[in-house]
Amino acid sequence: MARGFDDRAIAWILLVAMVVSLYMVFMYVPTEREMGIIQRIFYFHVPLAWISFLAFLMVCIAGIQYLRQRSRWWDALGTSAAEIGVLFSTLVLITGSIWAKPIWGTWWTWEPRLVTFLILWFIYVGYLLLRAAAGDDERKARLAAVVGIVGFLDVPLVFFSARLLRGLSPVVFTRQGAGLAPPMLWTLLVSLATFTLLFVLLLRQRLFLELARDEVESLKELVP
Amino acid sequence: MVQEDRRAVEARGVKKAFGRTWALRGVDLEVRPGEYLALLGPNGSGKTTLLRILATLIRPTEGNIRIFGRDPRREGEECRRLLGFVGHDSFLYGSLSVSENLHFYARLFGLPDIPARTRQVLEALGLERRAHDLVRTLSRGLQQRVAIARALLHDPILLLLDEPFTGLDAQASRSLGELLASLRQEGRAIIMATHNLNEGLEACDRAVILLDGRVARVMEGPEIRGERLREAFLATLES
Amino acid sequence: MGRAILTLLWKDLRVELRTKEILTTMMVLALLILVILNVAMGQNVVTVKLAASGVLWVVFTFAATLGLSRVFLVEKERGQLSGILLAPMDRSAIFLGKMIGSTILVLLVEAVALPVFVVLFNFPLGGRVGPLLLPLFLGTVGFIAVETLFSAISAQTRLREILLPLLAFPVAMPALVGAVGATAKVLDGLPLQSAAPELQLLVAFDILFVAIGLVVFEYVVEEE
Repeated sequence: MARGFDDRAIAWILLVAMVVSLYMVFMYVPTEREMGIIQRIFYFHVPLAWISFLAFLMVCIAGIQYLRQRSRWWDALGTSAAEIGVLFSTLVLITGSIWAKPIWGTWWTWEPRLVTFLILWFIYVGYLLLRAAAGDDERKARLAAVVGIVGFLDVPLVFFSARLLRGLSPVVFTRQGAGLAPPMLWTLLVSLATFTLLFVLLLRQRLFLELARDEVESLKELVP
Repeated sequence: MVQEDRRAVEARGVKKAFGRTWALRGVDLEVRPGEYLALLGPNGSGKTTLLRILATLIRPTEGNIRIFGRDPRREGEECRRLLGFVGHDSFLYGSLSVSENLHFYARLFGLPDIPARTRQVLEALGLERRAHDLVRTLSRGLQQRVAIARALLHDPILLLLDEPFTGLDAQASRSLGELLASLRQEGRAIIMATHNLNEGLEACDRAVILLDGRVARVMEGPEIRGERLREAFLATLES
Repeated sequence: MGRAILTLLWKDLRVELRTKEILTTMMVLALLILVILNVAMGQNVVTVKLAASGVLWVVFTFAATLGLSRVFLVEKERGQLSGILLAPMDRSAIFLGKMIGSTILVLLVEAVALPVFVVLFNFPLGGRVGPLLLPLFLGTVGFIAVETLFSAISAQTRLREILLPLLAFPVAMPALVGAVGATAKVLDGLPLQSAAPELQLLVAFDILFVAIGLVVFEYVVEEE
């Protein structure tokens, strides 16, 4: 069933896109006047955040579809997307901290979107812990599907509560992304496209690995 | 009693996997209303899994089940009204009394006139004098009887029993055997899983031997009386 | 549905009345945490004033989690959950019954912990007890709704009760933010209206998670 996904074409396109993105981020786009050189991390931070969110949305959809159809494929997709989502949201938190340090003078602020990603990170690390501890496959898939769905439905409330938190410990809140100059917008869009392609490639490979693992196990069954 | 003419239980190609291990590898089974079927097999042969699937407690990985013609996946509640299940565990709360346990389950089933029904079931199992004892304080044999009383509360026409004779002394075994025979006389279908060939088989109509998650042999009539059953069972195990 | 919920609730409370296992362990842990926090913080009026709301909710959530981790394990000693699942009823009744029962127990713990807090921290409440009831109640309901759902999930895993806080705390974060914020405002002597955003968040959270619990619970307890 799980024949190798031939992703060489995607990989080559991705390589070119990455070179282009790096060129645009570091050479093409002008330095932002107020924040300086550090603002360039924005072109990584935002796409990473976008991909994490997309990945978690996928975990939720995969969960719903699993509970409806009970197919291993949806479960494998859910776990693949969750792993990538956790990886990318870790990077969101790291790049966010690096950005925050020179701008706000601290590594961590209760900026609503950053807080949301922190909570999401915890929720989906919990999801992966659950999978590791849940025992047999059907139970694991069923319980993980529920956690994936519940975790994602929580997102709007997490974001709203993170904004309330800001009221408790006030920090400067600047709106990035509003009124970007055209070169900046183009750089962001190219970077976004590149990261989306990276996500597609990682997801396909991770999914292939998951299904290949199943196949190895079922082949082992045949050997006495 | 409804739908006397249909099969009480019908299982087609039932498979069940727990992770990578297959507990059932394709079981077909039919039980007529009022039939008493013994499900034999060594430990790990899939008896408990099959019973739990028939009781709608777990879903088969593949295959279909009908309980009096109903599909548990779509008509779970109707199926549960028709069947009673006595499992390995008693399902009883140790810190509640016998009658509190029975009242609790009777109310969950939404039965009418619960005090009368509870009394009736307690009498049928000879538990009247124990009604106010905490379940925790009862012997294994008595707990088993309460567990059966619980399963009979809603007057099911299909009774599923998983190793009901385990841990019972000679006298308790005899009275349980008599009870099962009389329940069969009342027209209930009974499926009893056991690995013990000495008990409860006098009254049964048919015996099915499970082996490695498959039906290895079906025996009927004189075949299942006395020594012939034992011989057949051992022969099946060796084959 | 109503009959089944009441039956389950009656049974849970009766079992708890006989054994008192969950209530006493929660109560003792709540008192212990109060003492530990009291030792750690001292009785400095300013510190206590700033931290009061946080202290209360740390005590409530940790005590509640200890109790909640047991509520489904109780049904496993003699396979009672199987017995309940054999009944012809809507399985979301199990969720509501457990949730209501647990909420009652946790509110009892709070009713004892609150006066002990007042004494230990020398923090007289005066007329603030009345307005305090609303955030305490709303916060507890939301938190217990999440914990009830995840308790049923973690009870099915190898990690058992250890997994409960790891799954439930991040998801319950909006409820905690709302509860801590609203409680802090009331303790500061502000009118209840000033905590409107927090209370709205709490109400939204409570409704969402009771609804989620009702919908997904049948998948959680599908197999026994």
